[in-house]
Amino acid sequence: MSDKRTCLYERHIRQGAKMVSFGGFEMPIQYTDIADEHVAVRTACGVFDVSHMGEVLVTGREAERFVQHIFTNDVSGAPVGKIFYGMMLHPNGGTIDDLLVYKEGDERFFLVINAANIDKDFAWISKQVKAFDAVAENQSDYYGQLAVQGPKAEEVVERVLGLACQELAFYTFKKMEVEGETIIVSRTGYTGEDGFEIYASHGLIQQMWDKLMESGEAKPCGLGCRDTLRFEVGLPLYGDELTDELSPLEAGLGIFVKLDKEEFVGKEAIAKQKAEGLTRKIVGIELEGRAIPRHGYEVVADDKVIGEVTTGYNSISTGKSVCMALVDIEHAKLGTPVQVRIHKKLQPGVVIKKRFYDKNYKK
Amino acid sequence: MAKVIEGLYYAESHEYVRVEGEFGYIGITDYAQDQLGNVVYVDMPEVDDEVTAGEEFGAVESVKAASDLFSPVSGTVVEVNEALEDEPELINKDAFENWIIKVQLSDKSELDKLMDAKAYEAICK
Repeated sequence: MSDKRTCLYERHIRQGAKMVSFGGFEMPIQYTDIADEHVAVRTACGVFDVSHMGEVLVTGREAERFVQHIFTNDVSGAPVGKIFYGMMLHPNGGTIDDLLVYKEGDERFFLVINAANIDKDFAWISKQVKAFDAVAENQSDYYGQLAVQGPKAEEVVERVLGLACQELAFYTFKKMEVEGETIIVSRTGYTGEDGFEIYASHGLIQQMWDKLMESGEAKPCGLGCRDTLRFEVGLPLYGDELTDELSPLEAGLGIFVKLDKEEFVGKEAIAKQKAEGLTRKIVGIELEGRAIPRHGYEVVADDKVIGEVTTGYNSISTGKSVCMALVDIEHAKLGTPVQVRIHKKLQPGVVIKKRFYDKNYKK
Repeated sequence: MAKVIEGLYYAESHEYVRVEGEFGYIGITDYAQDQLGNVVYVDMPEVDDEVTAGEEFGAVESVKAASDLFSPVSGTVVEVNEALEDEPELINKDAFENWIIKVQLSDKSELDKLMDAKAYEAICK
């Protein structure tokens, strides 16, 4: 099946972006250079087309009870306008997807899911929702989405797009009326910097993109730097650090799994994993040299393969070669010496925290 | 438009050889560095390693991807360009000036199988 295109596809081509296949979409990986785009987001402002992301609206009398059932985080008692990060799990604790849940009302929740998982997620959601007095609607084809990210994002969104966002706290959103349409603006992102995500119709997203380009104040950024940015601050990417076989505990994301909740799919498996102790875990590794560890490369200790790299780069912000890797628990302690096999050679390194650069969120 | 230099031998996999007597300086072409983008790491063999025509001997890496290097000729590595260890981006500045390895050629007849500048220019279009 051929890849889908977002509402900004023609603009990407016109702007000379290099396009790649990602999550079933033909997406820009870079416009000029990954490192330049990366630095723009860390120091000023960048804009990403993230229209490939999926959106599912859940409504109904039991909407909240349903979200609580499929979601690892706890949305109960939350005020309208709050956003939660968490996962949907298989009964065995493996991760179906990681997602954001926007509370739009007591009987209305907006779920934002990964592009590559839209079909899988919506099939799962549709099956689960049958037992509840609620309905789930896949709105992925309606919404376009922009992520405006960086220390100057607030100023750019306020001034260039004319959207009042200054008052928004981190992980909250509001709905706004623009040209007779309701759009969603949230203070969220996937870069470790302050920033906003905007959900609107294709037409409005195109208009906003054009305004940002005309202003010259937001650098167009591709998925290449989106990955290097999220990686540096230790954020997981589904497919790398979270999979159908990996639990959030193994990924080091236990704080988003609320075991004190009455019930959710996967709870028992996670509780068991916690009680018995993990056998493997995602860790950070810093290498001594500049050789670059990449997804799938072997991690070795005492001449044995003890894991594999999930994501790795020569960090653009720090210049160090670092990676996240899934390793056997005996080798997961901070300070443990390990090696990564890169082009046949074993490169020495050490287990460190999987945060290679400090987040710079506005609370 | 990528630069191509007369007098060098070119491989389809976008490496070149500059021959000086018994030695060949092997690097990647200007076209290759342009396609790859900013080079952030060069994986090189060691002095005295053997390289074989058509076989992998290292890699050049951009932020996003590793691209294998294939040796256009066979021989023994007599020198590696150590400047690339600290400044891999030199390849982007001038790919022909910044060769990667210097090899003592074991079979000069292999050069006949490589392309000249004109033939190489044609495949870069």
